[in-house]
Amino acid sequence: MIELQDVTKVYNEGRQNAFAAIRGVGITVGNDLTAVFKGPSGSGKTTLLTLIGCLARPTSGRVTLNGETISGLPEKFLTEIRRKTFGFVFQRFNLIRGLSARENVMLPAYPLGLDHAALTRRADELLDHLGLGSKGGLSVEHLSGGEAQRVAIARALVNDPEYVIADEPTANLDTKLTAQFLDIVRTLRAEGKTVIMTSHDPRIWQADIVDRVITLEDGLLTADERGAHAA
Amino acid sequence: MIRQVARQRYLIDFTLASMMRRKVKNVVLFGVYFLIVFVLASVMLFGSAIRREAALLLANAPEVTVQKLVMGRHDMISGEHLEALSAIRGVRRAEGRLWGYLFDRGNGANYTMMVPPASDTTHAVGPGEAIVGSGIDRVKTIGRNEYLFLIAPSGRFFKFTVKERLPEGSGLVAADLVLISEADYRALFDLPDGVYTDLALSIRNEKEVATILGKAAKAVPNSRFVTRSSIARTYESIFTWREGVLLALLGAAILSFAILAFDKASGLSAEERREIGILKAVGWETSDVLTSKFWEGALISLGAFLIGLIAAYAHVFFFQAGLLEPVLKGWAVLYPDFRLTPHIDPLQVTTLAFFTIVPYTAATIIPIWRAAITDPDTVMR
Amino acid sequence: MIFHPPILAILLASTLSLVTLVWASGFAARLVRKWDVASGHAGQIALEKRTYLVSTALVFVLALEAVSLILFTENAERMSVLFVGAMCAIGTLNVNAYGFPALILKVALFFGAAVWLIVNHADGLGRDYPLTRFKYGLLIALSPLVVAVAAVQFAYFYNLRADVITSCCSRVFVPNAGGLEADLSSLDPAFALGLLFGGLGVIAVLALAALRWRAGRLAYAAVSLVYFAAGISAVISVVSPYIYEQFHHHCPFCILKPEYGYIGYWLYLPLFVGTSAGLGLGALSLKRTPASLQEALPPFRRRLILTSLAGFGLFGAVALTAILRSNLIMFG
Repeated sequence: MIELQDVTKVYNEGRQNAFAAIRGVGITVGNDLTAVFKGPSGSGKTTLLTLIGCLARPTSGRVTLNGETISGLPEKFLTEIRRKTFGFVFQRFNLIRGLSARENVMLPAYPLGLDHAALTRRADELLDHLGLGSKGGLSVEHLSGGEAQRVAIARALVNDPEYVIADEPTANLDTKLTAQFLDIVRTLRAEGKTVIMTSHDPRIWQADIVDRVITLEDGLLTADERGAHAA
Repeated sequence: MIRQVARQRYLIDFTLASMMRRKVKNVVLFGVYFLIVFVLASVMLFGSAIRREAALLLANAPEVTVQKLVMGRHDMISGEHLEALSAIRGVRRAEGRLWGYLFDRGNGANYTMMVPPASDTTHAVGPGEAIVGSGIDRVKTIGRNEYLFLIAPSGRFFKFTVKERLPEGSGLVAADLVLISEADYRALFDLPDGVYTDLALSIRNEKEVATILGKAAKAVPNSRFVTRSSIARTYESIFTWREGVLLALLGAAILSFAILAFDKASGLSAEERREIGILKAVGWETSDVLTSKFWEGALISLGAFLIGLIAAYAHVFFFQAGLLEPVLKGWAVLYPDFRLTPHIDPLQVTTLAFFTIVPYTAATIIPIWRAAITDPDTVMR
Repeated sequence: MIFHPPILAILLASTLSLVTLVWASGFAARLVRKWDVASGHAGQIALEKRTYLVSTALVFVLALEAVSLILFTENAERMSVLFVGAMCAIGTLNVNAYGFPALILKVALFFGAAVWLIVNHADGLGRDYPLTRFKYGLLIALSPLVVAVAAVQFAYFYNLRADVITSCCSRVFVPNAGGLEADLSSLDPAFALGLLFGGLGVIAVLALAALRWRAGRLAYAAVSLVYFAAGISAVISVVSPYIYEQFHHHCPFCILKPEYGYIGYWLYLPLFVGTSAGLGLGALSLKRTPASLQEALPPFRRRLILTSLAGFGLFGAVALTAILRSNLIMFG
């Protein structure tokens, strides 16, 4: 369970173009399996996602993970926690071109120095699981949009995280692929993983698997509703 | 520990793949790096090989040479001092030497003319005979008749039978050497009997040189005493000095190389920046990126260094340092073709590393760090 | 000044170390005032990022100094041809008054950088980087040393003139010649051997104490430094004559030559490692163990103690082997 207490994030602090993307937000996530942040562009939902996922440190306020304060940790330790707790799926997938799908999946585990054979096996299992079993050796620029996203999801899962964080996961997908994505989320949810997303996409908020929809505006929480599933 | 090793292996794998993706940039850098190592290594290997030649040569030189000075200039010395000098305790032998240079107008070369010392029985030459160095053979067609024709400074014509040729590779000085008998020498240069170019003393125990010099100075006034160790010192310092000056001049090249390295390292492409952002976002830490970049530098450095060094080694020892010879070798025109003895010295390799790997590393630390501290959330902005 | 490539290389290295450390101490001064690890403000995050640069740069400086130290002695060895009466490094270092001070300061700087990196590593084990202020204080303390090294070394090279008559090792290290070096070589060989091997015993006992008490660790560090000096003295007084198989040859540098199988490196390298680890242990024990290091520090300290013991032990073993293999008989 991740708890944010009175968290503020200021970008370009101390400069002329400083602005507060998140202004004193308090929220607890993780007790519901699937949560979606929605809101207009610039409402701060992506920033909030980076704070929850420990990609960034709050300017002020406190973040705790299962009761332990992690907001004051230096990068080294924060990264350690992030690596084993969160997996990330980005809007533009952010795969590394020139590497194979398998290598992309293995990438987050490189700093852990795991056994190579075991790690390769794990990556292949994940790809297989996501229907890409035959494409592991293919360089990622040869993959379609849907396949690229599934590689990105496999990469997010390689360290077996408790949370999967996805930023606008369906922004680049058509209806069919969106449905496919939601199926994957359903499976993850069934496996007990918490999925936290931001989205503009009504197909997401209204999906039956979403437990909670949180609305942001101007860096503040404005609504926190049960999702279609819970209702 | 095993994890650390495995981590390094993963990082090296990744780095190699990443370098392969940016071939052009890395090839350019590698090329310049290689060139710098090649030039510096050539200078240093050549310099030290020459110094070694000189040292080998000197091993056979007399411990002390006595020269007559007139108005501060070297003059012919009378042989009558020989008796007094050989009487000094500790002097094994005192001999008069005849040697000088003969300019050959025909081909613009300078020959070193010399009378072999009486003690040197292997190179004894009779009247009308000559022993020549390998260089002479090249500039002057001696031909099948084995005759060497020389024009004396007075204009007279001399003919010698070439008795023997000195073997190739016997060193720097032997190349232009012509050994003739004492009588021929005096005739060639119109020298009176009883004078010598200088006197050579061989001394039993090198530690006594200082004492002997004191006594000899009294016996032979108006003269200068040159010891073997002082010649060695002078050679050593002249050659290292030249090498040092050349290196200092090359300092400009090293500096521009460092600037290039800095520029290449800081001018990350958008693609590369994006990659580092992704790595940071998916769970790499600053030190992981630093380590990966460190490997990149190490692979380029070691590769360029080794290949550059090997190429320089070949250049100096198999191709006679064709590119550098005129700068380093000295004044004579005759020497192009002798082979340096291959030799390499760890001190030199270390020094070379200091002039290449150190500037490269220093120039790339800051850009690498700048890249590595990319915020992990940049990919989401 | 002699324009000699290795000299230029050493000067380049010392200039780089100087620039790096002066810059780093400027940063350190700012860090010591402003460091607040728990803050998420831009200033703190920028400081934290910069610490990566400092650590990397210090690793670079340590590597430079280590190689530069080797280069310095090897070059002194080589340059002895240039000086009348100098037959090895001793002669070259004695050409002017700055030679030996430069060498000693370089050794000190090497230890300083090694200790800093050990503290730096320990600091990174604690979740709140508990030693950061201490470590940057140490860095500031190190900067006068690097200035001194650069200055004395430059003075040494600048005042090198070929042909100055110098004493060479066979003269300097002959007993009764006076001076510190002579004192070291006239050290009674039996006493020096006692120091060498008895010292190892003392170190082993102290290592046990160091595992348990802070005072033991501090004592261990002090004794490592003393043992370093004792080790060098013993090399000069007894070990090197055994290696050269000559009663009166006491040079501590000639053993680095290939003629003696580079045995000098086998002696000095472990000795330096042992001393560095011991000193690092001491630096870590100057303060009480911070709360966040209660778990992580003791294993690291154990590793330091073991490394140090192994270093000193190897040094002793190599010295013993050299003595046993020698045909020289000094006692009996």
